[in-house]
Amino acid sequence: MDLIKEVQNEFSTAQETPAFGAGDTIAVSYKIKEGEKERIQQFTGVVLQRRGSGTTETFTIRKMSGGIGVERIFPVTSPFIEEIKVLKNGAVRRARIFYFRERTGKAARIKEKRRF
Amino acid sequence: MPGIIGRKVGMTSVYSVEGKATPCTVIEAGPCVVTQVKTNDRDGYDAIQLGFGERKEKNTPGALKGHFKKANTTPKKELVEFDGFEQDLKAGEVINADLFAEGDLVNISGTSKGKGFQGVVKRHGFAGSERTHGQQSMSRAPGSIGMASTPSRVFKGKKMAGQTGNKRVTIENLEVIKVLGDKNILVVKGSIPGAKGSTVIIEK
Repeated sequence: MDLIKEVQNEFSTAQETPAFGAGDTIAVSYKIKEGEKERIQQFTGVVLQRRGSGTTETFTIRKMSGGIGVERIFPVTSPFIEEIKVLKNGAVRRARIFYFRERTGKAARIKEKRRF
Repeated sequence: MPGIIGRKVGMTSVYSVEGKATPCTVIEAGPCVVTQVKTNDRDGYDAIQLGFGERKEKNTPGALKGHFKKANTTPKKELVEFDGFEQDLKAGEVINADLFAEGDLVNISGTSKGKGFQGVVKRHGFAGSERTHGQQSMSRAPGSIGMASTPSRVFKGKKMAGQTGNKRVTIENLEVIKVLGDKNILVVKGSIPGAKGSTVIIEK
């Protein structure tokens, strides 16, 4: 496994990403290519999970768009990600909050983590 | 074809220049030692025999011990013959992963993962049949395997159930994405046969 890590280091683009996990609300700015042009789009939502390690690590983020749930999966080290902003630290008890998909309305609230 | 012996380390993904994630396999290729040079005069054909991986002295048969001693190396686990090396090699010389360059297309052979005795759906990709509409225990059956009294036999090579995997498989034209010469690491695009840690043969 060590040799795999060495290869990943060789290719790593070394981006600084803030620490975030399941339950956090984050805003991801990512580049979109339309033909020749490049523009930046934002996706704001709740992180459902982080999985994998190294260059293959991804996170799933969910938002409600006009009453319909939309989920996107981003690789953490993707060169298309411009910036990740942590808006809220959520207090959740598990690392993968798939139960959040079934929650709507008032039930779909996540307590904010208290920081001292 | 000139080549090298290696060990499959595992898979990961890397980002290409355009930012696309590419699945790739990491191979520990070499160092390989030339254990014997076969010549047309002596052996009837030209070849270079390479050795890879260490083997304990006490687990090496006496005849092989002498063979390795002749080449002035320690006992090796794997011995494979190659031909077509450009340079003149002598026994005892070392060949590293930098035999390959980035962008090269290579053929990789190995033993595929054994899957045991499998039916035709898994082994040959048969579609199977429907599970409802009065079907009974036919959903993964192969169906008819031939005609009636003419020819009154099953044709040779008919695809049927049997041992799947655990045989030599060659994947052709895999692109070399990266060569780390000092660490003898080869990164190729896509997947290669075998489990992690299995021996593979990489040919140009």
